[in-house]
Amino acid sequence: MTAEVITPRRAGSYPIRIGIPFAVVMLLLAIGPLVGLPKFLQSLVVEILTFSLLALSLNVLLGYTGLVSLGHAAFFGVGGYALGIIASRFTPDIAITLPAAIAATVLLAIPVGWLSIRLSGFYFLMITFAFAQMVFVAAFRWKRLTGGSDGLIIPAPTLFGVPVLQGSQQFYFFTLAVFAICCVAMFAVVHSQFGRTLVGIRENTARMRAIGYNVRRYKLAAFLIGAAFSGVAGVLNALFNLFIAPESAHWTQSALVLVMVLIGGAGFFVGPIVGTAIVIALQYWLSSYTEYWGLVLGLLFIVLISGAREGVTGLLVQIYRRSHRATP
Amino acid sequence: MTAIRVDDLSKSYGHFSALASVNLTVEPGERRAVIGPNGAGKSTLFNIIAGQRLPTSGDIYVYGTKTTGLRPDAMWTHGLSRTFQRNQLFKNLTVWENVELACAARYRGWAGFAARRSNVSALERDIVDVLEQVKLAHISSAQVTNLAYGAQRQLEVALALAGKPKILLLDEPTAGMSPAETEAMLSMLSRLPRDITMLIVEHDMDVVFSIADAITVLNLGEVLADGSRDEIRANEDVGAVYMGRQRREA
Ligand SMILES: Nc1ncnc2c1ncn2[C@@H]1O[C@H](COP(=O)(O)OP(=O)(O)OP(=O)(O)O)[C@@H](O)[C@H]1O
Ligand SMILES: [Mg+2]
Repeated sequence: MTAEVITPRRAGSYPIRIGIPFAVVMLLLAIGPLVGLPKFLQSLVVEILTFSLLALSLNVLLGYTGLVSLGHAAFFGVGGYALGIIASRFTPDIAITLPAAIAATVLLAIPVGWLSIRLSGFYFLMITFAFAQMVFVAAFRWKRLTGGSDGLIIPAPTLFGVPVLQGSQQFYFFTLAVFAICCVAMFAVVHSQFGRTLVGIRENTARMRAIGYNVRRYKLAAFLIGAAFSGVAGVLNALFNLFIAPESAHWTQSALVLVMVLIGGAGFFVGPIVGTAIVIALQYWLSSYTEYWGLVLGLLFIVLISGAREGVTGLLVQIYRRSHRATP
Repeated sequence: MTAIRVDDLSKSYGHFSALASVNLTVEPGERRAVIGPNGAGKSTLFNIIAGQRLPTSGDIYVYGTKTTGLRPDAMWTHGLSRTFQRNQLFKNLTVWENVELACAARYRGWAGFAARRSNVSALERDIVDVLEQVKLAHISSAQVTNLAYGAQRQLEVALALAGKPKILLLDEPTAGMSPAETEAMLSMLSRLPRDITMLIVEHDMDVVFSIADAITVLNLGEVLADGSRDEIRANEDVGAVYMGRQRREA
Protein backbone atom coordinates (compact mmCIF):
# COMPACT_ATOMS: atom_id res chain seq x y z
CA MET A 1 0.00 0.00 0.00
CA THR A 2 2.56 2.49 1.18
CA ALA A 3 4.67 1.96 -1.90
CA GLU A 4 2.17 3.63 -4.21
CA VAL A 5 2.07 6.83 -2.20
CA ILE A 6 3.94 9.50 -4.06
CA THR A 7 5.77 11.43 -1.40
CA PRO A 8 6.79 14.89 -2.61
CA ARG A 9 10.42 15.67 -3.05
CA ARG A 10 11.98 16.34 0.28
CA ALA A 11 14.30 19.15 1.24
CA GLY A 12 17.10 16.93 -0.01
CA SER A 13 16.85 18.25 -3.54
CA TYR A 14 17.04 21.93 -2.63
CA PRO A 15 20.80 21.97 -2.05
CA ILE A 16 21.25 20.88 -5.66
CA ARG A 17 18.63 22.99 -7.40
CA ILE A 18 19.32 26.17 -5.50
CA GLY A 19 22.42 25.64 -3.40
CA ILE A 20 24.83 25.04 -6.26
CA PRO A 21 23.77 28.04 -8.38
CA PHE A 22 23.83 30.14 -5.21
CA ALA A 23 27.34 28.97 -4.31
CA VAL A 24 28.54 29.65 -7.86
CA VAL A 25 27.18 33.19 -7.86
CA MET A 26 28.67 33.88 -4.44
CA LEU A 27 32.02 32.52 -5.59
CA LEU A 28 31.98 34.66 -8.73
CA LEU A 29 31.16 37.71 -6.64
CA ALA A 30 33.94 36.80 -4.23
CA ILE A 31 36.61 36.58 -6.90
CA GLY A 32 35.28 39.69 -8.68
CA PRO A 33 37.48 42.24 -6.89
CA LEU A 34 40.50 39.93 -7.16
CA VAL A 35 40.29 39.89 -10.97
CA GLY A 36 39.73 43.60 -11.31
CA LEU A 37 36.01 44.23 -10.90
CA PRO A 38 35.85 48.03 -11.17
CA LYS A 39 35.28 50.00 -7.96
CA PHE A 40 31.96 51.45 -9.07
CA LEU A 41 30.65 47.98 -9.85
CA GLN A 42 31.83 46.80 -6.45
CA SER A 43 29.81 49.44 -4.68
CA LEU A 44 26.87 48.67 -6.95
CA VAL A 45 27.10 45.03 -5.85
CA VAL A 46 27.27 46.10 -2.20
CA GLU A 47 24.17 48.19 -2.65
CA ILE A 48 22.31 45.41 -4.43
CA LEU A 49 23.24 42.88 -1.75
CA THR A 50 22.20 45.20 1.07
CA PHE A 51 18.84 46.00 -0.42
CA SER A 52 18.35 42.39 -1.49
CA LEU A 53 18.60 41.49 2.16
CA LEU A 54 15.96 44.09 2.95
CA ALA A 55 13.73 42.79 0.16
CA LEU A 56 14.24 39.17 1.21
CA SER A 57 13.28 40.04 4.77
CA LEU A 58 10.12 41.76 3.53
CA ASN A 59 9.28 38.69 1.50
CA VAL A 60 9.16 36.52 4.62
CA LEU A 61 6.07 38.57 5.38
CA LEU A 62 4.76 39.26 1.90
CA GLY A 63 5.51 36.15 -0.12
CA TYR A 64 5.39 33.52 2.59
CA THR A 65 2.94 34.77 5.20
CA GLY A 66 0.78 36.94 2.94
CA LEU A 67 1.14 40.10 5.02
CA VAL A 68 1.55 43.28 2.97
CA SER A 69 3.60 45.73 5.02
CA LEU A 70 4.05 49.32 3.96
CA GLY A 71 6.41 50.09 6.80
CA HIS A 72 9.14 47.53 6.49
CA ALA A 73 11.91 50.06 5.88
CA ALA A 74 11.25 51.47 9.34
CA PHE A 75 13.22 48.55 10.76
CA PHE A 76 15.90 49.16 8.17
CA GLY A 77 16.10 52.71 9.45
CA VAL A 78 15.95 51.74 13.10
CA GLY A 79 18.79 49.25 12.63
CA GLY A 80 20.90 51.92 11.00
CA TYR A 81 20.10 54.58 13.58
CA ALA A 82 20.65 52.22 16.48
CA LEU A 83 24.08 51.39 15.09
CA GLY A 84 24.85 55.04 14.46
CA ILE A 85 23.75 56.20 17.87
CA ILE A 86 25.59 53.47 19.75
CA ALA A 87 28.71 54.01 17.65
CA SER A 88 28.77 57.77 18.12
CA ARG A 89 27.86 57.79 21.80
CA PHE A 90 29.42 54.67 23.23
CA THR A 91 31.71 52.64 21.04
CA PRO A 92 32.14 51.99 17.32
CA ASP A 93 33.25 48.43 18.13
CA ILE A 94 31.20 46.20 15.83
CA ALA A 95 31.32 43.37 18.35
CA ILE A 96 28.92 45.57 20.30
CA THR A 97 27.22 47.77 17.71
CA LEU A 98 26.10 44.95 15.41
CA PRO A 99 24.32 42.75 17.95
CA ALA A 100 23.01 45.76 19.88
CA ALA A 101 21.53 47.40 16.78
CA ILE A 102 19.81 44.20 15.70
CA ALA A 103 18.55 43.60 19.22
CA ALA A 104 17.17 47.14 19.33
CA THR A 105 15.35 46.55 16.05
CA VAL A 106 13.76 43.35 17.27
CA LEU A 107 12.86 44.93 20.59
CA LEU A 108 10.96 47.66 18.80
CA ALA A 109 9.39 45.12 16.46
CA ILE A 110 7.84 43.22 19.36
CA PRO A 111 5.18 45.81 20.32
CA VAL A 112 4.72 46.94 16.72
CA GLY A 113 4.23 43.38 15.54
CA TRP A 114 2.06 42.47 18.49
CA LEU A 115 -0.29 45.28 17.55
CA SER A 116 -0.27 45.04 13.78
CA ILE A 117 -0.68 41.28 13.33
CA ARG A 118 -4.02 41.61 15.08
CA LEU A 119 -5.20 43.31 11.91
CA SER A 120 -5.19 41.91 8.43
CA GLY A 121 -5.25 43.03 4.83
CA PHE A 122 -5.66 46.74 4.32
CA TYR A 123 -5.58 47.51 8.04
CA PHE A 124 -2.28 45.72 8.50
CA LEU A 125 -0.89 47.77 5.63
CA MET A 126 -2.13 50.99 7.17
CA ILE A 127 -0.84 50.33 10.67
CA THR A 128 2.62 49.39 9.42
CA PHE A 129 2.56 52.51 7.28
CA ALA A 130 1.63 54.64 10.29
CA PHE A 131 4.40 53.08 12.33
CA ALA A 132 6.97 53.83 9.62
CA GLN A 133 5.82 57.44 9.59
CA MET A 134 6.32 57.61 13.34
CA VAL A 135 9.87 56.32 13.00
CA PHE A 136 10.51 58.82 10.24
CA VAL A 137 9.16 61.71 12.28
CA ALA A 138 11.14 60.60 15.32
CA ALA A 139 14.33 60.50 13.23
CA PHE A 140 13.47 63.88 11.80
CA ARG A 141 12.51 65.67 15.00
CA TRP A 142 14.57 64.05 17.73
CA LYS A 143 17.58 66.11 16.73
CA ARG A 144 19.68 65.54 19.84
CA LEU A 145 19.71 61.82 19.25
CA THR A 146 19.45 61.49 15.46
CA GLY A 147 20.81 64.71 14.07
CA GLY A 148 17.42 65.45 12.53
CA SER A 149 17.30 66.26 8.84
CA ASP A 150 21.08 66.71 8.76
CA GLY A 151 21.43 63.01 9.42
CA LEU A 152 23.90 61.27 11.64
CA ILE A 153 27.56 60.84 10.85
CA ILE A 154 28.77 57.47 12.05
CA PRO A 155 32.33 56.96 13.33
CA ALA A 156 34.39 54.36 11.48
CA PRO A 157 33.95 50.87 12.90
CA THR A 158 36.53 49.04 14.98
CA LEU A 159 36.81 45.51 16.26
CA PHE A 160 38.38 45.10 19.70
CA GLY A 161 39.91 48.54 19.28
CA VAL A 162 41.41 47.85 15.86
CA PRO A 163 39.95 49.75 12.88
CA VAL A 164 38.10 47.41 10.54
CA LEU A 165 36.11 47.54 7.29
CA GLN A 166 38.15 50.50 6.18
CA GLY A 167 38.75 49.99 2.47
CA SER A 168 35.85 49.49 0.12
CA GLN A 169 37.30 46.08 -0.72
CA GLN A 170 37.09 44.93 2.88
CA PHE A 171 33.57 46.14 3.11
CA TYR A 172 32.69 44.37 -0.11
CA PHE A 173 33.74 41.02 1.34
CA PHE A 174 32.06 41.78 4.64
CA THR A 175 28.75 42.52 2.89
CA LEU A 176 29.08 39.43 0.76
CA ALA A 177 29.63 37.26 3.84
CA VAL A 178 26.75 38.79 5.80
CA PHE A 179 24.50 38.48 2.79
CA ALA A 180 25.40 34.83 2.25
CA ILE A 181 24.83 33.94 5.89
CA CYS A 182 21.49 35.76 6.09
CA CYS A 183 20.37 34.30 2.78
CA VAL A 184 21.05 30.76 3.93
CA ALA A 185 19.37 31.47 7.28
CA MET A 186 16.22 32.88 5.67
CA PHE A 187 16.14 30.05 3.16
CA ALA A 188 16.31 27.56 6.00
CA VAL A 189 13.54 29.37 7.86
CA VAL A 190 11.07 29.47 4.99
CA HIS A 191 11.75 25.89 3.97
CA SER A 192 11.33 24.52 7.47
CA GLN A 193 8.10 23.24 8.97
CA PHE A 194 7.74 26.72 10.40
CA GLY A 195 7.98 28.22 6.93
CA ARG A 196 5.40 25.79 5.58
CA THR A 197 3.15 26.90 8.43
CA LEU A 198 3.53 30.49 7.26
CA VAL A 199 2.54 29.44 3.74
CA GLY A 200 -0.50 27.70 5.19
CA ILE A 201 -1.47 30.94 6.90
CA ARG A 202 -1.08 32.79 3.62
CA GLU A 203 -3.21 30.23 1.82
CA ASN A 204 -6.05 29.84 4.30
CA THR A 205 -5.91 31.45 7.71
CA ALA A 206 -9.31 30.17 8.85
CA ARG A 207 -8.34 26.58 8.12
CA MET A 208 -5.00 26.95 9.85
CA ARG A 209 -6.84 28.00 12.99
CA ALA A 210 -9.25 25.09 12.65
CA ILE A 211 -6.41 22.58 12.39
CA GLY A 212 -4.90 23.87 15.59
CA TYR A 213 -2.46 26.64 14.76
CA ASN A 214 -2.20 29.74 16.87
CA VAL A 215 -2.03 31.96 13.81
CA ARG A 216 -1.14 35.17 15.63
CA ARG A 217 1.88 33.61 17.26
CA TYR A 218 3.21 32.49 13.88
CA LYS A 219 2.50 35.85 12.30
CA LEU A 220 4.34 37.59 15.11
CA ALA A 221 7.30 35.25 14.73
CA ALA A 222 7.38 35.98 10.99
CA PHE A 223 7.15 39.69 11.71
CA LEU A 224 10.07 39.57 14.13
CA ILE A 225 12.21 37.51 11.76
CA GLY A 226 11.47 39.96 8.95
CA ALA A 227 12.29 42.90 11.20
CA ALA A 228 15.54 41.33 12.39
CA PHE A 229 16.88 40.79 8.87
CA SER A 230 15.65 44.21 7.86
CA GLY A 231 17.70 45.54 10.77
CA VAL A 232 20.75 43.65 9.50
CA ALA A 233 20.31 45.30 6.11
CA GLY A 234 19.98 48.67 7.82
CA VAL A 235 23.19 48.06 9.72
CA LEU A 236 25.04 47.17 6.51
CA ASN A 237 23.69 50.27 4.84
CA ALA A 238 24.73 52.50 7.72
CA LEU A 239 28.21 51.01 7.88
CA PHE A 240 28.62 51.39 4.13
CA ASN A 241 27.72 55.08 4.09
CA LEU A 242 28.94 55.84 7.63
CA PHE A 243 25.96 58.13 7.59
CA ILE A 244 22.23 57.79 8.08
CA ALA A 245 19.37 60.19 7.36
CA PRO A 246 15.61 60.02 8.06
CA GLU A 247 14.83 59.16 4.41
CA SER A 248 15.99 55.58 4.95
CA ALA A 249 12.97 55.05 7.22
CA HIS A 250 10.52 56.96 5.04
CA TRP A 251 7.50 55.08 3.78
CA THR A 252 8.57 55.66 0.18
CA GLN A 253 11.58 53.50 1.00
CA SER A 254 9.16 50.82 2.21
CA ALA A 255 7.14 51.19 -0.97
CA LEU A 256 10.27 50.89 -3.09
CA VAL A 257 11.19 47.60 -1.40
CA LEU A 258 7.66 46.37 -1.99
CA VAL A 259 8.09 47.24 -5.67
CA MET A 260 11.45 45.43 -5.74
CA VAL A 261 9.87 42.28 -4.35
CA LEU A 262 6.91 42.38 -6.70
CA ILE A 263 9.06 43.08 -9.79
CA GLY A 264 11.28 40.15 -8.91
CA GLY A 265 8.40 37.89 -7.91
CA ALA A 266 7.15 37.38 -4.36
CA GLY A 267 6.42 33.73 -5.04
CA PHE A 268 10.07 32.78 -5.37
CA PHE A 269 12.80 32.81 -2.80
CA VAL A 270 15.20 34.53 -5.21
CA GLY A 271 12.50 36.90 -6.48
CA PRO A 272 13.44 39.77 -4.14
CA ILE A 273 17.10 39.50 -5.16
CA VAL A 274 16.22 39.60 -8.85
CA GLY A 275 13.88 42.56 -8.29
CA THR A 276 16.40 44.50 -6.27
CA ALA A 277 19.13 43.94 -8.83
CA ILE A 278 16.85 45.16 -11.61
CA VAL A 279 15.65 48.23 -9.76
CA ILE A 280 19.07 49.32 -8.53
CA ALA A 281 20.78 48.65 -11.85
CA LEU A 282 18.03 50.56 -13.65
CA GLN A 283 18.31 53.41 -11.20
CA TYR A 284 22.06 53.48 -11.69
CA TRP A 285 22.10 53.46 -15.50
CA LEU A 286 19.02 55.57 -16.10
CA SER A 287 19.77 58.29 -13.58
CA SER A 288 22.85 59.20 -15.60
CA TYR A 289 20.61 59.87 -18.63
CA THR A 290 17.45 61.27 -17.12
CA GLU A 291 16.15 62.41 -13.79
CA TYR A 292 12.85 60.75 -14.68
CA TRP A 293 14.19 57.27 -14.01
CA GLY A 294 11.37 56.75 -11.52
CA LEU A 295 8.95 57.09 -14.41
CA VAL A 296 10.63 54.24 -16.26
CA LEU A 297 10.59 52.15 -13.10
CA GLY A 298 6.89 52.88 -12.65
CA LEU A 299 6.15 51.87 -16.22
CA LEU A 300 8.11 48.66 -15.86
CA PHE A 301 6.20 47.94 -12.67
CA ILE A 302 2.81 48.49 -14.31
CA VAL A 303 3.68 46.36 -17.33
CA LEU A 304 4.99 43.55 -15.14
CA ILE A 305 2.18 43.54 -12.62
CA SER A 306 -0.53 43.60 -15.28
CA GLY A 307 1.25 41.15 -17.56
CA ALA A 308 3.20 38.82 -15.30
CA ARG A 309 1.89 38.50 -11.79
CA GLU A 310 4.80 36.25 -10.89
CA GLY A 311 7.37 38.95 -11.62
CA VAL A 312 10.54 38.64 -13.65
CA THR A 313 11.52 35.40 -11.92
CA GLY A 314 8.15 33.94 -12.89
CA LEU A 315 8.73 34.97 -16.49
CA LEU A 316 12.19 33.41 -16.52
CA VAL A 317 10.87 30.18 -15.05
CA GLN A 318 8.12 30.08 -17.68
CA ILE A 319 10.57 30.66 -20.51
CA TYR A 320 12.87 27.99 -19.10
CA ARG A 321 10.03 25.47 -18.84
CA ARG A 322 8.82 26.23 -22.35
CA SER A 323 12.25 25.83 -23.90
CA HIS A 324 12.67 22.52 -22.12
CA ARG A 325 9.35 21.25 -23.37
CA ALA A 326 10.22 22.34 -26.92
CA THR A 327 13.40 20.27 -26.96
CA PRO A 328 12.57 16.89 -25.51
CA MET B 1 -19.24 13.02 31.33
CA THR B 2 -20.87 14.48 28.26
CA ALA B 3 -18.60 15.19 25.31
CA ILE B 4 -20.41 18.34 24.24
CA ARG B 5 -23.02 20.27 26.14
CA VAL B 6 -24.69 23.21 24.46
CA ASP B 7 -26.44 25.28 27.08
CA ASP B 8 -29.18 27.73 26.16
CA LEU B 9 -27.29 28.92 23.12
CA SER B 10 -28.52 31.88 21.10
CA LYS B 11 -27.06 33.71 18.15
CA SER B 12 -28.51 36.81 16.58
CA TYR B 13 -27.41 38.72 13.53
CA GLY B 14 -28.96 42.09 14.19
CA HIS B 15 -32.64 41.43 14.70
CA PHE B 16 -32.43 38.08 12.98
CA SER B 17 -32.20 35.14 15.34
CA ALA B 18 -30.15 32.35 13.79
CA LEU B 19 -30.20 30.22 16.94
CA ALA B 20 -32.64 30.60 19.83
CA SER B 21 -32.06 28.88 23.18
CA VAL B 22 -30.59 25.72 21.76
CA ASN B 23 -29.83 22.92 24.22
CA LEU B 24 -27.98 19.84 23.18
CA THR B 25 -25.91 17.11 24.78
CA VAL B 26 -23.69 14.67 22.98
CA GLU B 27 -22.35 11.67 24.88
CA PRO B 28 -18.83 10.35 24.29
CA GLY B 29 -18.76 8.02 21.34
CA GLU B 30 -22.18 9.11 20.20
CA ARG B 31 -22.83 9.72 16.52
CA ARG B 32 -25.39 12.39 16.28
CA ALA B 33 -26.83 13.95 13.17
CA VAL B 34 -28.04 17.53 13.11
CA ILE B 35 -30.70 17.92 10.48
CA GLY B 36 -33.04 20.65 9.40
CA PRO B 37 -33.96 22.72 6.35
CA ASN B 38 -31.75 25.39 4.80
CA GLY B 39 -31.09 28.27 7.12
CA ALA B 40 -32.10 26.27 10.19
CA GLY B 41 -28.88 27.25 11.94
CA LYS B 42 -26.91 24.00 11.66
CA SER B 43 -23.70 25.57 10.41
CA THR B 44 -24.09 28.43 12.85
CA LEU B 45 -24.25 25.89 15.67
CA PHE B 46 -21.06 24.22 14.41
CA ASN B 47 -19.31 27.56 14.03
CA ILE B 48 -20.04 28.45 17.63
CA ILE B 49 -19.08 25.08 19.06
CA ALA B 50 -15.79 25.05 17.11
CA GLY B 51 -14.93 28.67 17.89
CA GLN B 52 -15.33 30.33 14.50
CA ARG B 53 -18.19 32.47 15.82
CA LEU B 54 -19.11 33.91 19.19
CA PRO B 55 -22.54 33.20 20.63
CA THR B 56 -24.85 36.05 21.58
CA SER B 57 -25.63 34.19 24.78
CA GLY B 58 -25.34 30.71 26.22
CA ASP B 59 -22.42 28.38 26.82
CA ILE B 60 -20.54 25.46 25.38
CA TYR B 61 -18.94 22.75 27.51
CA VAL B 62 -16.52 20.17 26.14
CA TYR B 63 -15.91 17.26 28.48
CA GLY B 64 -17.18 19.41 31.32
CA THR B 65 -14.88 22.35 30.59
CA LYS B 66 -16.51 25.60 29.62
CA THR B 67 -15.14 26.52 26.22
CA THR B 68 -17.48 29.36 25.26
CA GLY B 69 -15.67 31.96 23.17
CA LEU B 70 -12.41 30.03 22.79
CA ARG B 71 -10.63 30.37 19.46
CA PRO B 72 -10.69 27.51 16.96
CA ASP B 73 -7.10 26.53 17.71
CA ALA B 74 -7.89 26.35 21.41
CA MET B 75 -10.89 24.15 20.62
CA TRP B 76 -8.57 21.96 18.62
CA THR B 77 -6.41 21.47 21.70
CA HIS B 78 -9.58 20.33 23.45
CA GLY B 79 -9.69 17.51 20.92
CA LEU B 80 -12.20 18.98 18.52
CA SER B 81 -11.78 18.97 14.73
CA ARG B 82 -14.25 20.05 12.12
CA THR B 83 -14.94 20.19 8.41
CA PHE B 84 -16.57 23.11 6.67
CA GLN B 85 -19.68 23.18 4.53
CA ARG B 86 -17.71 25.11 1.93
CA ASN B 87 -14.26 23.61 1.44
CA GLN B 88 -11.48 25.38 3.30
CA LEU B 89 -8.40 23.96 1.63
CA PHE B 90 -4.90 25.14 0.78
CA LYS B 91 -5.69 25.34 -2.91
CA ASN B 92 -2.25 26.16 -4.25
CA LEU B 93 -0.57 23.37 -2.33
CA THR B 94 -0.53 19.67 -3.07
CA VAL B 95 -2.73 17.11 -1.37
CA TRP B 96 0.31 15.91 0.55
CA GLU B 97 1.19 19.41 1.74
CA ASN B 98 -2.39 19.98 2.85
CA VAL B 99 -2.41 16.87 4.98
CA GLU B 100 1.12 17.58 6.18
CA LEU B 101 0.02 20.92 7.62
CA ALA B 102 -2.86 19.29 9.43
CA CYS B 103 -0.73 16.45 10.80
CA ALA B 104 2.21 18.67 11.72
CA ALA B 105 0.00 20.67 14.07
CA ARG B 106 0.44 17.81 16.52
CA TYR B 107 4.23 17.96 16.24
CA ARG B 108 4.91 21.64 16.65
CA GLY B 109 6.77 23.63 19.26
CA TRP B 110 10.19 22.71 20.54
CA ALA B 111 9.02 19.32 21.74
CA GLY B 112 7.69 18.60 18.30
CA PHE B 113 10.89 19.85 16.73
CA ALA B 114 12.89 17.44 18.84
CA ALA B 115 10.50 14.61 18.06
CA ARG B 116 10.80 15.30 14.35
CA ARG B 117 14.58 15.38 14.51
CA SER B 118 14.72 12.03 16.20
CA ASN B 119 11.98 10.47 14.15
CA VAL B 120 11.26 12.23 10.88
CA SER B 121 9.19 9.37 9.63
CA ALA B 122 6.53 9.61 12.36
CA LEU B 123 5.02 12.65 10.70
CA GLU B 124 5.27 11.09 7.25
CA ARG B 125 3.67 7.92 8.47
CA ASP B 126 0.77 9.95 9.86
CA ILE B 127 0.35 11.70 6.53
CA VAL B 128 0.34 8.43 4.62
CA ASP B 129 -2.17 6.94 7.06
CA VAL B 130 -4.59 9.82 6.61
CA LEU B 131 -4.18 9.81 2.82
CA GLU B 132 -4.93 6.12 2.65
CA GLN B 133 -7.87 6.48 4.98
CA VAL B 134 -9.58 8.96 2.66
CA LYS B 135 -8.33 7.25 -0.49
CA LEU B 136 -6.22 10.13 -1.77
CA ALA B 137 -2.84 8.45 -1.56
CA HIS B 138 -2.59 7.88 -5.32
CA ILE B 139 -2.98 11.61 -6.06
CA SER B 140 -0.98 12.96 -3.15
CA SER B 141 1.29 15.06 -5.39
CA ALA B 142 -1.57 16.73 -7.24
CA GLN B 143 -2.32 20.36 -6.61
CA VAL B 144 -5.67 20.85 -4.92
CA THR B 145 -7.06 23.19 -7.61
CA ASN B 146 -6.64 20.39 -10.11
CA LEU B 147 -8.71 17.91 -8.12
CA ALA B 148 -12.27 16.93 -8.92
CA TYR B 149 -14.79 18.32 -6.46
CA GLY B 150 -15.41 14.96 -4.82
CA ALA B 151 -11.73 14.52 -4.11
CA GLN B 152 -11.53 18.01 -2.63
CA ARG B 153 -14.39 17.05 -0.36
CA GLN B 154 -12.46 13.96 0.75
CA LEU B 155 -9.48 16.17 1.50
CA GLU B 156 -11.71 18.45 3.54
CA VAL B 157 -12.53 15.49 5.78
CA ALA B 158 -8.89 14.37 5.76
CA LEU B 159 -7.75 17.66 7.26
CA ALA B 160 -10.12 17.19 10.17
CA LEU B 161 -9.15 13.55 10.71
CA ALA B 162 -5.45 14.43 10.68
CA GLY B 163 -5.87 16.17 14.02
CA LYS B 164 -6.75 12.81 15.61
CA PRO B 165 -9.81 14.36 17.23
CA LYS B 166 -11.87 13.05 20.10
CA ILE B 167 -14.77 15.03 18.72
CA LEU B 168 -15.41 15.35 15.01
CA LEU B 169 -17.82 17.90 13.53
CA LEU B 170 -18.74 17.22 9.93
CA ASP B 171 -20.74 19.85 8.05
CA GLU B 172 -22.36 18.07 5.09
CA PRO B 173 -19.28 15.96 4.33
CA THR B 174 -20.78 14.23 1.31
CA ALA B 175 -22.38 17.27 -0.32
CA GLY B 176 -21.49 17.35 -3.99
CA MET B 177 -20.05 13.86 -4.06
CA SER B 178 -21.00 11.18 -6.56
CA PRO B 179 -22.99 8.23 -5.18
CA ALA B 180 -19.86 6.08 -5.25
CA GLU B 181 -17.82 8.69 -3.43
CA THR B 182 -20.59 9.16 -0.88
CA GLU B 183 -20.65 5.42 -0.31
CA ALA B 184 -16.89 5.32 0.23
CA MET B 185 -16.98 8.30 2.56
CA LEU B 186 -19.77 6.81 4.65
CA SER B 187 -18.09 3.47 5.02
CA MET B 188 -14.88 5.25 6.01
CA LEU B 189 -16.71 7.33 8.60
CA SER B 190 -18.53 4.34 10.02
CA ARG B 191 -15.22 2.50 10.35
CA LEU B 192 -13.71 5.25 12.50
CA PRO B 193 -12.96 4.22 16.08
CA ARG B 194 -16.15 4.12 18.14
CA ASP B 195 -14.71 6.41 20.80
CA ILE B 196 -14.66 9.36 18.40
CA THR B 197 -17.70 11.47 19.12
CA MET B 198 -19.27 12.59 15.90
CA LEU B 199 -21.64 15.40 15.10
CA ILE B 200 -22.72 15.44 11.49
CA VAL B 201 -24.88 17.80 9.47
CA GLU B 202 -26.47 15.95 6.61
CA HIS B 203 -29.42 16.47 4.30
CA ASP B 204 -29.67 13.01 2.85
CA MET B 205 -31.96 11.10 5.23
CA ASP B 206 -30.69 7.72 4.03
CA VAL B 207 -27.23 8.79 5.06
CA VAL B 208 -28.50 10.11 8.37
CA PHE B 209 -30.29 6.92 9.28
CA SER B 210 -27.37 4.78 8.21
CA ILE B 211 -24.75 6.60 10.26
CA ALA B 212 -26.34 8.31 13.26
CA ASP B 213 -27.55 6.79 16.51
CA ALA B 214 -29.16 10.04 17.61
CA ILE B 215 -30.64 12.96 15.78
CA THR B 216 -31.28 16.60 16.59
CA VAL B 217 -33.69 18.43 14.35
CA LEU B 218 -33.25 22.18 14.02
CA ASN B 219 -35.80 24.46 12.44
CA LEU B 220 -35.62 28.25 12.31
CA GLY B 221 -32.92 28.26 14.95
CA GLU B 222 -34.81 26.13 17.45
CA VAL B 223 -34.59 22.50 18.41
CA LEU B 224 -37.70 20.92 16.92
CA ALA B 225 -36.97 17.40 18.05
CA ASP B 226 -34.19 15.45 19.68
CA GLY B 227 -34.02 11.73 20.11
CA SER B 228 -32.78 8.38 18.97
CA ARG B 229 -32.82 7.48 15.31
CA ASP B 230 -36.02 5.51 15.59
CA GLU B 231 -37.80 8.16 17.61
CA ILE B 232 -37.03 10.77 14.99
CA ARG B 233 -38.02 8.46 12.16
CA ALA B 234 -41.42 8.12 13.75
CA ASN B 235 -41.79 11.80 14.57
CA GLU B 236 -44.47 13.49 12.49
CA ASP B 237 -43.30 17.07 13.03
CA VAL B 238 -40.01 16.13 11.49
CA GLY B 239 -41.78 14.60 8.54
CA ALA B 240 -43.70 17.83 8.09
CA VAL B 241 -40.59 19.99 8.09
CA TYR B 242 -38.94 17.72 5.60
CA MET B 243 -41.95 17.37 3.31
CA GLY B 244 -41.20 18.22 -0.26
CA ARG B 245 -37.47 18.43 0.29
CA GLN B 246 -35.90 15.13 1.04
CA ARG B 247 -32.70 15.93 -0.71
CA ARG B 248 -30.87 19.01 -1.64
CA GLU B 249 -28.23 19.91 -4.16
CA ALA B 250 -24.91 21.13 -2.79
N1 LIG C 1 -22.80 36.24 9.09
C1 LIG C 1 -24.15 36.22 9.00
N2 LIG C 1 -24.85 37.37 8.97
C2 LIG C 1 -26.19 37.35 8.88
N3 LIG C 1 -26.92 36.24 8.80
C3 LIG C 1 -26.29 35.05 8.83
C4 LIG C 1 -24.87 34.99 8.92
N4 LIG C 1 -24.50 33.68 8.93
C5 LIG C 1 -25.65 32.98 8.84
N5 LIG C 1 -26.72 33.79 8.77
C6 LIG C 1 -28.10 33.39 8.69
O1 LIG C 1 -28.37 32.51 9.74
C7 LIG C 1 -29.26 31.49 9.31
C8 LIG C 1 -28.68 30.15 9.65
O2 LIG C 1 -27.59 29.92 8.79
P1 LIG C 1 -26.81 28.54 8.78
O3 LIG C 1 -25.71 28.67 7.80
O4 LIG C 1 -26.47 28.18 10.15
O5 LIG C 1 -27.91 27.55 8.22
P2 LIG C 1 -27.78 26.01 7.89
O6 LIG C 1 -28.74 25.30 8.74
O7 LIG C 1 -26.38 25.57 7.96
O8 LIG C 1 -28.28 26.00 6.40
P3 LIG C 1 -27.75 25.18 5.13
O9 LIG C 1 -28.49 23.89 5.12
O10 LIG C 1 -28.13 26.02 3.97
O11 LIG C 1 -26.29 25.02 5.27
C9 LIG C 1 -29.49 31.70 7.84
O12 LIG C 1 -30.73 32.33 7.65
C10 LIG C 1 -28.38 32.62 7.42
O13 LIG C 1 -28.79 33.47 6.39
MG1 LIG D 1 -24.99 24.92 6.73
